[in-house]
Amino acid sequence: MKLELGNIHVRDLAFGPVSEVKENTVVIDQQALIAHLTELDHRIRSLELSIAKPGDSTRIMPVKDVIEPRVKVGCEGDIFPGRHLGEEAMVGEGRTHVLKGMAVVTTGEIVGFQEGIIDMSGPGADYTPFSSTLNLVIQCEVDDSCNQYDHEGVVRLVGLEAARWIGRLAEHVEPQEIETYETKPLLEQAAQFPHLPKVGYVYMLQSQGLLHDTYYYGVDVKGILPTLMYPTEVMDGAIISGNCVSACDKNTSFVHQNSPVIYDLYRHHGTKYNFMGVIVTNENVTLKDKERSSNFTVKLAKQMGWEAAIVSEEGFGNPDADLMMNCAKLEAAGIKTVLLTDEYAGQNGESQSLADSHKSADAVITNGNANQLVTLPAMNTVIGHDRYADVVAGGFNGSLHEDGSITVELQAIIGATSELGFHTLTTKAS
Amino acid sequence: MTIKVVYYLNQFFAQKGGEEMAHIPMEVAEGPVGVGAQVNTMLKDKAEITHTIICGDSYFNENESLCCHGLQEILAQLKPDLVVAGPAFNAGRYGMACGTVAKVAHEMGITTISGMYPENPGYELFRQYAYMVETGNSAASMRKAVPAMVNLINRFIDTEGEMGSPEEAGYMARGIRVNFFAQKRGSERAVDLLINKLAGSEYTTEYPMPVFDRVEPQPPVEMLSTAKFALVTSGGVVPKGNPDHIESSSASKYGEYSIQGLECLTEDTHETAHGGYDPVACNNNPNRVLPVDVLRDMEREGVIGSLHDMFYTTVGNGTAVAKAKEYGAEIAMKLQKAGVTAAIFTST
Amino acid sequence: MVKEIEKVMPVVHIATVVPISKTVGANRIVPAVAIPHPLGNPTMQPAEEKYLRRQLVEKALRALQTKIDDQTVF
Repeated sequence: MKLELGNIHVRDLAFGPVSEVKENTVVIDQQALIAHLTELDHRIRSLELSIAKPGDSTRIMPVKDVIEPRVKVGCEGDIFPGRHLGEEAMVGEGRTHVLKGMAVVTTGEIVGFQEGIIDMSGPGADYTPFSSTLNLVIQCEVDDSCNQYDHEGVVRLVGLEAARWIGRLAEHVEPQEIETYETKPLLEQAAQFPHLPKVGYVYMLQSQGLLHDTYYYGVDVKGILPTLMYPTEVMDGAIISGNCVSACDKNTSFVHQNSPVIYDLYRHHGTKYNFMGVIVTNENVTLKDKERSSNFTVKLAKQMGWEAAIVSEEGFGNPDADLMMNCAKLEAAGIKTVLLTDEYAGQNGESQSLADSHKSADAVITNGNANQLVTLPAMNTVIGHDRYADVVAGGFNGSLHEDGSITVELQAIIGATSELGFHTLTTKAS
Repeated sequence: MTIKVVYYLNQFFAQKGGEEMAHIPMEVAEGPVGVGAQVNTMLKDKAEITHTIICGDSYFNENESLCCHGLQEILAQLKPDLVVAGPAFNAGRYGMACGTVAKVAHEMGITTISGMYPENPGYELFRQYAYMVETGNSAASMRKAVPAMVNLINRFIDTEGEMGSPEEAGYMARGIRVNFFAQKRGSERAVDLLINKLAGSEYTTEYPMPVFDRVEPQPPVEMLSTAKFALVTSGGVVPKGNPDHIESSSASKYGEYSIQGLECLTEDTHETAHGGYDPVACNNNPNRVLPVDVLRDMEREGVIGSLHDMFYTTVGNGTAVAKAKEYGAEIAMKLQKAGVTAAIFTST
Repeated sequence: MVKEIEKVMPVVHIATVVPISKTVGANRIVPAVAIPHPLGNPTMQPAEEKYLRRQLVEKALRALQTKIDDQTVF
């Protein structure tokens, strides 16, 4: 599969009478977008749009998801495929336009305890990648007939459809740059660089129920057997997030679209190694599922002739067991591994960081200690509801101070310890 | 600029005398004393030891809370930029005192530099609170220990407290993990690591695997029908409304709740505070995590002697091992006091 | 937590992710059903589900009655 990504750099985001992309500014007709989104589900009680820019004294919380507007151009397939009838075509080929530099952020009443915080300025901004994007924030509230699952589902749909709607504004805009990514069918790919070691990527996805689910072509991945994927598929939104877990190591849909290990593996593809492809796997709630999925992962990796693999975890605690199983079984099969995780080492960093360990895990990238405390000063504007600061994962009784400042663990900040390695935070021994 | 240093010494190194003077209480002297004078000279214009705290080793260890209180008052009054303690070599009581000084200073936001023999219990117990250079077993190694400590003090001054890694700075590992922003993002570092590992060249993991300790298994329960069982869970089951606000992740506490007279848990009486799993199954029927219903049946049938009237609960999600250990120890003590024979621990 | 309790009395760990239980050092381990419902299964009929729970608790009690020298999964 060969995909051309055309980046259109967004320098400003504004509301206006006509929705368009004009001279690197995205203009959105609020009423038109709200009308479009309102149609999606009869249980939507209210929708409110706002804009949050880098440097603004703005806090967004509780955040459900962050999504990048993209559109397929002149080819088959839809961004975020497989969710609606008629949108089942494979993606990852042809051409896709990206509105680079902006994001759609969804917020609203809390669904569980897992949703996180984005600060557009101040110390919190350093920890989230989404303080540097121009954010269209959608505050979506649903009516009381929704249970928690319905609530999550409606807000997820609203976010994805808003991003598609905005993405379509870029269909006929000339991109400033075009990047090309290509992975060939297995045998051809193996033949292209016969003397280079074959490597791949094991993409572990949260799949543990409410606010812990991830979807591949619209399929809840808790029900899949590990499967092969062309790396370019994610760039068209084949993987979408339905989870927040603890916001710090939640992979938002945005991060899947820009899946960093995939982009960075492409950089040395054909020079240092032969990047053969991706195995999509899950992190389920029963031991037999974990054993089966890791066995399938190793089987597929061997089938493709990999000599080494990068394995990324999503979440922590019991997924540490999935990570260790994947690592130990791959290494036992002679496939070298590099793992990506984050740490829960206590607020002072004094504790053991993972729930599970294995001696073969000797090449680990850590994306930071999520328990570290941080105090986020009050902001002029709060989009969403900051009263949930005490109950979100990473918060505690008394997190929200009277003056509007918040003391929480990094855990509560979206993307702070991204286990896909999207951010630069890491940890060292001291 | 000169930074202000307060030095801690025991009776021996403050030249008050040996073991016969180990009982002397805590006192504060102006300026440097004993080895402090040498350190002061070596630091020249960069730092000044303004005061020296002196205490007998026996006195310190026998009056620990009193000494901690005293240290807090002294440090609050003197407001030093840095505390230096020891070196304590392999002197156990002195090491414990230096470690305690470091802990008190740490809680007040003041850094401590010390030196110890790695087997000194003061290192193992207090290493997270101080930067300690490795010294020899006895005071015979003073000649090496003092320059090493001075180097570390210089580094503290030059880097404005950003000490760097144990290898860079020359202190013994503190066993703590510190966050920082790397030059490259995680995925790029992962690819670099992959390339090195593939090439067979040297590579360094960013997180060495921990070693978990073990405990001996207890002898079995002899007679179920006379035994008293207690339920403990890390699954976050709490009375409805979570009265003690146990956190959904990274719990700062555990709960102790009565189930006296309860035949089972229901969605009206209990729920889970845990944020790490889909809570719906547990909220609909909390016995799925804490099997009160079944144990009550068994109690009635005489299969087991009794079910303890209290259950203990916390949220395992994102909770540091050190915290969990602390809760476990306290809960164990309470269970033992209540005459419980054995515990049933459920995890989610 | 389990290990601290084991220092003073026998304890059985009912846990789904047995490898973690083993890594952290529990001695008597009984595998559970699933992470969100270790002692139940919402898809079963209530009576069947309670029977399943009883079976697991009985197994846990048997584990507590068994003399062991090393970590054991029951």
